Amino acid sequence: MDRRAGGGETIMATSEVVHAHAGPQGFIRKYIFSLDHKVIGIQYFFLALTAVWVGMFLSLLMRIHLIWPQVNLPIVGHIQPETYLSLLTMHGTIMVFFVLTTAPQGGFGNYFLPIQIGAPDMAFPVLNMLSFWTTFVAFVVMLAAFFVTGGAPLHGWTGYPPLSAVQSTGPGEGLGADLWITSIAIFCAASLMGALNFITTTLDLRAKGMTLMRMPLTVWSWFITAILGLLAFGVLLSAGILLLMDRNLGTSFFVPVIVVNGQLMGHKGGSPLLWQHLFWFFGHPEVYIAILPGMGVTSQILSTFARKPIFGYRAMVYAMLGIGFLGFMVWGHHMFMSGMSPYSAFAFSLLTMAIGVPSAIKTFNWLGTLYKGRIRFYTPMLFAVGFVSLFVSGGLSGPFLAQPTLDIPLHDTYFVVGHFHLIMGVAAIFGIFAATYYWFPKMFGRMMNEGLGKAHFWLTFIGTYAIFMPMHYLGMAGHPRRYSQLTEVAYLHNLIPLQTFMTYAAFITIGAQFIFVINLFWSMLKGPKAADNPWDATTVEWTTATPPPHDNFGGQTPVIHNGPYEYGVPGAARDFVMQTDPAVGAAH
Amino acid sequence: MGLALLAVIWLITFVSTYFFIWHPWWLPAGVSASAAAIDHQFVTTYILMGIVFVLAQCSLGLFAWQYRDRGSSAPPVDYSHGNTTMEIVWTVLTGVLFVGLNLMGSKIWAAERFEPAQASAVPVEVTGMQFAWYFRYPGPDGKFGITNPKLMDPSAGSEAAIGLDTSDPAAKDDVVTGTMFLPVNRQVDFTLRAVDVIHSFFIPNMRFKQDAVPGLAIHMHVTPTQIGDYEIACAELCGLGHYKMHGMVKVVSQEDFDKWIAAREAEKQ
Ligand code: HEM
Ligand SMILES: [Cu+2]
Ligand SMILES: [Cu+2]
Repeated sequence: MDRRAGGGETIMATSEVVHAHAGPQGFIRKYIFSLDHKVIGIQYFFLALTAVWVGMFLSLLMRIHLIWPQVNLPIVGHIQPETYLSLLTMHGTIMVFFVLTTAPQGGFGNYFLPIQIGAPDMAFPVLNMLSFWTTFVAFVVMLAAFFVTGGAPLHGWTGYPPLSAVQSTGPGEGLGADLWITSIAIFCAASLMGALNFITTTLDLRAKGMTLMRMPLTVWSWFITAILGLLAFGVLLSAGILLLMDRNLGTSFFVPVIVVNGQLMGHKGGSPLLWQHLFWFFGHPEVYIAILPGMGVTSQILSTFARKPIFGYRAMVYAMLGIGFLGFMVWGHHMFMSGMSPYSAFAFSLLTMAIGVPSAIKTFNWLGTLYKGRIRFYTPMLFAVGFVSLFVSGGLSGPFLAQPTLDIPLHDTYFVVGHFHLIMGVAAIFGIFAATYYWFPKMFGRMMNEGLGKAHFWLTFIGTYAIFMPMHYLGMAGHPRRYSQLTEVAYLHNLIPLQTFMTYAAFITIGAQFIFVINLFWSMLKGPKAADNPWDATTVEWTTATPPPHDNFGGQTPVIHNGPYEYGVPGAARDFVMQTDPAVGAAH
Repeated sequence: MGLALLAVIWLITFVSTYFFIWHPWWLPAGVSASAAAIDHQFVTTYILMGIVFVLAQCSLGLFAWQYRDRGSSAPPVDYSHGNTTMEIVWTVLTGVLFVGLNLMGSKIWAAERFEPAQASAVPVEVTGMQFAWYFRYPGPDGKFGITNPKLMDPSAGSEAAIGLDTSDPAAKDDVVTGTMFLPVNRQVDFTLRAVDVIHSFFIPNMRFKQDAVPGLAIHMHVTPTQIGDYEIACAELCGLGHYKMHGMVKVVSQEDFDKWIAAREAEKQ
């Protein structure tokens, strides 16, 4: 089923050659130091896949330690309370940076942004390659923290000083902490390169007819994410450098006079709150960096499989822009209990509530897209529907945490852990799964197995709810987060049965992920060959060969005539009109 | 498949909601003057968000089933790019809902944090360090003596741990303890400090939480309203012993409090 026949007009329209780097020769140039955005996208994807297994394994150890603190595990041995905190720090950091920032943007964005706008590659292929390899180095440096004396740091993914700024505050706060900060600084540099590239590519390399308001919502989401990245990572990079200086050069940006274990430290005059402001100025936009591409891909998939135009395309674009813009003005909602001025809490909380509005618009519009559609339930669609469900569940705990009054009992409890896992962790992971099942045929030329895909979906969907929904109950009961043992504080004892339930749920959910990798690798080798447009979709990546040739369109440049989601057009020959087909208006 | 989605999404929704309504796990009993208002705001938010939760999840499940592809017999899809009126309606509705909730809650916050403690409040200084809380009462002179970082010796505990400078006359009658005693129904004026890293002073029953930050002395007030023993837990990651950095508040009658503090003073002589 070669859908290119439908888009034949494309091929004749123009044969202008925009950009010509010759297809590379030799294994190293082709697969290792490749300049091809598609290869780089796949490299990012596999980096994130490795990272997610590491991160997941760490979470499993944490869950085991919480319930059976005395157990002696093969190889790992007996986990000490402080080791729990190292696992926690590395789990959070790896998941946020090397999975949620890497896979959706570096992976799928890299692969599909140029193709979806009809470009032959990214604007700066060398920068693109550098950005990947810099991220790779950052990952290696991060993992190295496990193997140095003292081990990985225990200061959490937020790295609040003075804990993170002074060696003697705990095991792991020596070389391990230096490696952790260095890794993040390298990661920031890589992300800045990536962000520049994405922005330039979107602005400059769109094919003829690809106006901004004809861009698929995925492209919008990668574009806005890149802008957020450009503004946010620079701040974290600077903060990281200051923290390294406090640790190693005796400066006092973040450390006032302190006494650790009876030892007077040589610092004075620094402000621990300064770090929190800088960190969350990055950190809040970061959660949107993680979730926006998931929103984009969910919109794309819902429309494709409901066979209906996306509901309120413009509203979706404005909502994403609104989220991106407001996202830089709400960082203080992480700091209501920090000792910052209680007056500023008013402003931060009002703006945070305001950001709920565009998020709600997105949810309504996804429902509106399904309404009166004709839904085909392939695996990508199941994960997209799952995304909406998780986004709602995770989103609705936001208005609790956004109110300083309610943050008094809830801040730094498991309520927060439940909130951010549902909305940032699991929803974003569902976006990544949806994208994988959806674009795998284009990337690897073969179909994934539907049966395994569905089994993976059901177990993961139910499993993640079973792990993370109970966290809200724990938090309401006052269970603080980042506790490595539940035995010391008496009121936590009643909560152990719930914690035990969550550990079993984690076993099942993590087990289900083997189905995914088996499906992935088996399908790469043995899956049935994919057609050029297996989902009857409309966007430009489905007009080209599967997998796409080195320059994406085989020497042609597509010309765009339609919006991205023309499904169910009355009077059209098929139930979808591709972006490169003759204009919808002209068809009837 | 649409039916399965409907079933599973509804099931997840109802099971979660069931536990939220039946609430075997809930906010601990509130024992401070502000607890009732905070809990009320919590329950209001809870009900409103609960309604949105159930409506959104149920329509998602319903649509997945109702608009599944029924093959050729199905009606054609609704070729529509959206509906501006509806967009405006739900934007305004959520805006009003969210901002309204926020404004309702802000009065409580203002009462908690904008007003200084009353003059009659009991002053207590709370000091967090890896991994213990110390509480200091100024004694009959009503003044806290000087503390000096150079004198801090955590291994010696209490006065030495917080570096109390005993050469200062105001320090002579200061009482430092590891368990906090408070008289019931009297406001407490806390001064929160930390000597090494950030800790967070969390008394779940009193709906009280505030970070203790090195370099800052943060003033907070709270009024305990019920006699009893309540746990303090540290709520900010402070190092390997974070999970065991807990303490006790004993709320007692004014008489018992006076007796207790007099006994501590006597011990010092
Ligand atoms: C198998 C799935 C997962 C399980 C079982 C799991 C479990 C946990 C647990 C037990 C904690 C520690 C809670 C505490 O002690 O305070 C935690 C923290 C965290 N997790 Fe996950 N998690 C999973 C997936 C993810 C994903 C996909 C993300 C991506 C965002 C993520 C991000 C984080 C972050 C940022 C933290 C906070 C770390 C910190 O406090 O510094 N997790 N997770
Ligand atoms: Cu935030
Ligand atoms: Cu602590």
